[in-house]
Amino acid sequence: MRAFTYERAEAAEAAAGRAADPSASFIAGGTNLVDLMKLQVLSPSHLVDVSRLPLDRIEATEEGGLRIGALVTNSALANDERIKATWPLLSRALLSGATAQLRNKATTGGNLLQRTRCYYFYDTTSPCNKREPGSGCGALEGFNRIHAILGASEHCIATHPSDMAVAMVALGAEAETLRPDGRRRRVAVEALHRLPGERPELETVLEPGELIEAVVLPPPPKGRQLYRKVRDRSSYAFALVSVAVALEVEGNAVSSLRLALGGVAHKPWRASRAEAALLGQPATRDSFRAAAEAELAEAVGHGGNDFKLPLARRVIAATLADAAGLTPEAEEGEPV
Amino acid sequence: MSQLDSEQDVAGVIGRPLDRVDGPLKVTGRARYATERRDGGARPAVGWIVEAAIGHGRIARIDAGRAERAPGVLLVLTHENAAEQTPYGLPEDAGRFTQSRAVLQGNEIRHFGQAVALVVAETLEQARAAAALVEVDYDAESGRYEASPEDEGEIPDSLDGGGQPDLGKGDFDAVLRSAEVSLDQRYTTADQIASAMEPHATEASWRDGKLTLHMSLQILASGKQAIAQTLGIEPERVRILSPFIGGGFGSKLGVHADGVLAALAARELDRPVKVVQHRRNLFFSGPHRGHSSQRIRLGADAEGRLLAIGHDSLQPMARRYQFAEPVASATRASYACDALLTRHRVVPVDRPPIDSMRAPGEAIGTPTFEAAIDEMAEQLGLDPLEFRLRNAPQREPGGGRPFSSRDLERCLKEGAERFGWHERPVRPRSRNDGRWLIGYGMASAVRPNLLMEASARARLGGNGQVVCELDMTDLGTGSYTVLTQIAAETLGVEPQRVTVELGDSDLPQTSGSGGSFGAGTSGSALYRACLALKEELARIACEHADSPLNGCVPDALELAGGRLSGRRADGTAAEAGLDAIAALGGPDGVSAEGSIEAGQDHEDFAQYSYGAQFVELGVDPASGEIRLRRCLGVFSAGRILNAKTARSQLMGGMIYGIGGALFEEAMMDSRRGAFMNRDLAEYHLPVNRDVPDLEVVMLEEPDYRSNPLGSRGIGELGICGIGGAIANAVHNASGVRVRDFPITLDKVLKGLETRV
Repeated sequence: MRAFTYERAEAAEAAAGRAADPSASFIAGGTNLVDLMKLQVLSPSHLVDVSRLPLDRIEATEEGGLRIGALVTNSALANDERIKATWPLLSRALLSGATAQLRNKATTGGNLLQRTRCYYFYDTTSPCNKREPGSGCGALEGFNRIHAILGASEHCIATHPSDMAVAMVALGAEAETLRPDGRRRRVAVEALHRLPGERPELETVLEPGELIEAVVLPPPPKGRQLYRKVRDRSSYAFALVSVAVALEVEGNAVSSLRLALGGVAHKPWRASRAEAALLGQPATRDSFRAAAEAELAEAVGHGGNDFKLPLARRVIAATLADAAGLTPEAEEGEPV
Repeated sequence: MSQLDSEQDVAGVIGRPLDRVDGPLKVTGRARYATERRDGGARPAVGWIVEAAIGHGRIARIDAGRAERAPGVLLVLTHENAAEQTPYGLPEDAGRFTQSRAVLQGNEIRHFGQAVALVVAETLEQARAAAALVEVDYDAESGRYEASPEDEGEIPDSLDGGGQPDLGKGDFDAVLRSAEVSLDQRYTTADQIASAMEPHATEASWRDGKLTLHMSLQILASGKQAIAQTLGIEPERVRILSPFIGGGFGSKLGVHADGVLAALAARELDRPVKVVQHRRNLFFSGPHRGHSSQRIRLGADAEGRLLAIGHDSLQPMARRYQFAEPVASATRASYACDALLTRHRVVPVDRPPIDSMRAPGEAIGTPTFEAAIDEMAEQLGLDPLEFRLRNAPQREPGGGRPFSSRDLERCLKEGAERFGWHERPVRPRSRNDGRWLIGYGMASAVRPNLLMEASARARLGGNGQVVCELDMTDLGTGSYTVLTQIAAETLGVEPQRVTVELGDSDLPQTSGSGGSFGAGTSGSALYRACLALKEELARIACEHADSPLNGCVPDALELAGGRLSGRRADGTAAEAGLDAIAALGGPDGVSAEGSIEAGQDHEDFAQYSYGAQFVELGVDPASGEIRLRRCLGVFSAGRILNAKTARSQLMGGMIYGIGGALFEEAMMDSRRGAFMNRDLAEYHLPVNRDVPDLEVVMLEEPDYRSNPLGSRGIGELGICGIGGAIANAVHNASGVRVRDFPITLDKVLKGLETRV
């Protein structure tokens, strides 16, 4: 770890200003940043500790949603009675991430801004355009089991590791931010993260020093909410593919659908193509499979992650079927 | 019952589920691990390893100037200023645990992550920050990092454990050709790393030319030799202390870079220096298990009698580090056949040491072999349990010796009964529970039983306290506890009066911990030391002028409840406490030594521990995810020394086997020989949720051909076979055969996809 300076922010406005220098960084729970600093993957020269700011409340909004303070811990959010009752998708996503100890420290804002788990990003002897712009991408022709199949570029195929953010995208959440100049704005979580393109080191649309103060959930989407996470072990592993869905069926047709994917892209992936393909269509395994295929039409594997294409197709279709209440396949029936 | 509550219980103390005697020390933080000493000595400086960033080649330039000037830095050792040592790997004819493990000698890079510098500073943070300032330029050369299945490989000098690389009988090709049903399949297993909870760590200090190392090490005697050899000093000048170890799994059988670097730096600075390997260092500065490619061929007649068994293994071997894993060791002993062919080959590679990892051989050889047996049973249309029972050998199939004991079939039958094997889905992919496809699988567990050389000392003080001394180690497995039980029972005293001192290379020499031989070997030496002590006490009791038993016949004395009793020549009864007799022996009481080594029974009899593994699991038909639902292991390992620690060992072994079967894979980027998933977030071990209800059953039957205690090796037995049972259950559940371990969901998915 390299030497750095540290200050504890007393007010959000001051914090934003103090972290405007690109070599400065906010720190809240520190569950990701401290590890990366120890490994010298990240070496901020100055830390602005925002963990004591009064941003740890969950409040009802007039619209029927919730305003979640950026410092609400993942544990508190997952176990909030309103969340469990009305946005169960979010609770499930949170509880499928990390471990109880980490969730007790990790915050809502920090979760959105966690960094990729790409092996090459972590290994400071490897090239990585995200860690060291212009050095190349070690994963492209290396180990890429956990890497992106959608929206990647030749410069970076890393994925965003968050479960919570995937749920937030499916639920249409927005981040409330405060900029160093004191102005506030709202950014849809769906639009918060960027695709890597030629600048994989830029992961979000936030400006240096822009502080997430809260995440606002709109009223819940219609229908049944599910979060399905597929990973290499049953707990404490990042998603290979995850599916966040809110699905309503009327008659036998899909009347409302919000669908987002994790583990497949540089950002939580809103599955707009699948949503469009399914709206108004019969809620059958065939149409779910077709929608999954539509979403994955441009998906590309890089060798080690080729399996994510069939995996995503099958798990999207199976999760939609679960949300639609279709019974498990018959004994000798083919899997969806 | 966990504690003895009356003296009458002393006679049966071996075997009891006695709580760990070192448990209170551990849970209160008083058990000091390698770099946790708090004895008020000089505060150690802290070293941080700088790793090579290429897999093969040379250091062209190294500049430690900036690092040396960084805050708190005391010393930067590189190959340019490190003291000369015996060249790495010498003497060639010595065992790998006593050869030189030299560091920072010359500019050659043998493997990625090799230590190229040690930065020593006042604090860990200072050392770590300065380490990033060491500038290294390399001349990289292309290296060889993997063994591919197409390689022919070389014949290794020997196999770990002493077996022959090639062993067979009969005309294998001819017998296989004549078989009515045959199988020829290739199986592969991944690179694995032990990555114990406590990393490799050393604190070194010098005084008057003597080196003291507090080190996390499984075998002290060879470690002391290796350090002396490396540094070119007499072994008498080296003392290693390793009283508590936070797991080793074979990776701490020998000394590694932390030990040698700490010793070098401490000598330079004339101050204690500690070097704790970071979790990421372990992948390169510690040993790992190499991947394997295995070809298994089986031939049987139509009735299911095995005629031919063939098992070929190919693995990488680190250059200048002779080690070959006995992958087919269990294959040589499991089933009867007319013709046997087992061969081991290695491919020299530019890797860090490849060495023993928990159950070397069986951990990767039994899952594959037992999966092949299952495939063969399917071809034959036989219940895999029945197929195994039908092929029980009368003698060791490889060597032809009789077995000291052969309990595999008893384990199989008992396990099948307890597990409800007859309720299994006979046809693959024929049972569901909700969305889950349900499958059953089973396998045999076979693990060679070893007895090594050891000595021990037991002393009874005038205060009635027994002190046992030996350089054995306790990995967390329970050595302190079972040795306490052995001394207590043999001397007829309560365990509370026994103190066991371990982990000091100045104490009588043992084989340490490894190969499942620790408890049996060290325990037998201590047992004999206690017998010798008893004899000596009896002699003093009968001969010493001040003894109440003076004039009694030693052989006719009785020992009970800590007291000796007998009759004098005149027929009068006499008795005395053991403590009183010990006090007559001198101010320190009375002590005696005992020793053990393998004798004729280990030549004449094939000795194995056995088990049967049963698994029920679910496979998700959409994702290929596997979830274990229950596991049962029925084991036979001779006499059980402590029912609680034995059960924990077996359970831990089963979990280790689950890890190898489903999760563990060190991913090497073969472009430059670098492991990429160098932490426990991405190198996956099973977590609680991956481990279902585990039932452990021990069929106890003392085996006195194994050792005087009647115990056999238990530490690694639980691992054996379970990976095969899991692979077989995956097939039973889903219809998919995965022959590449670990069985991750992508491999199952591939099979599920081709069914569509």
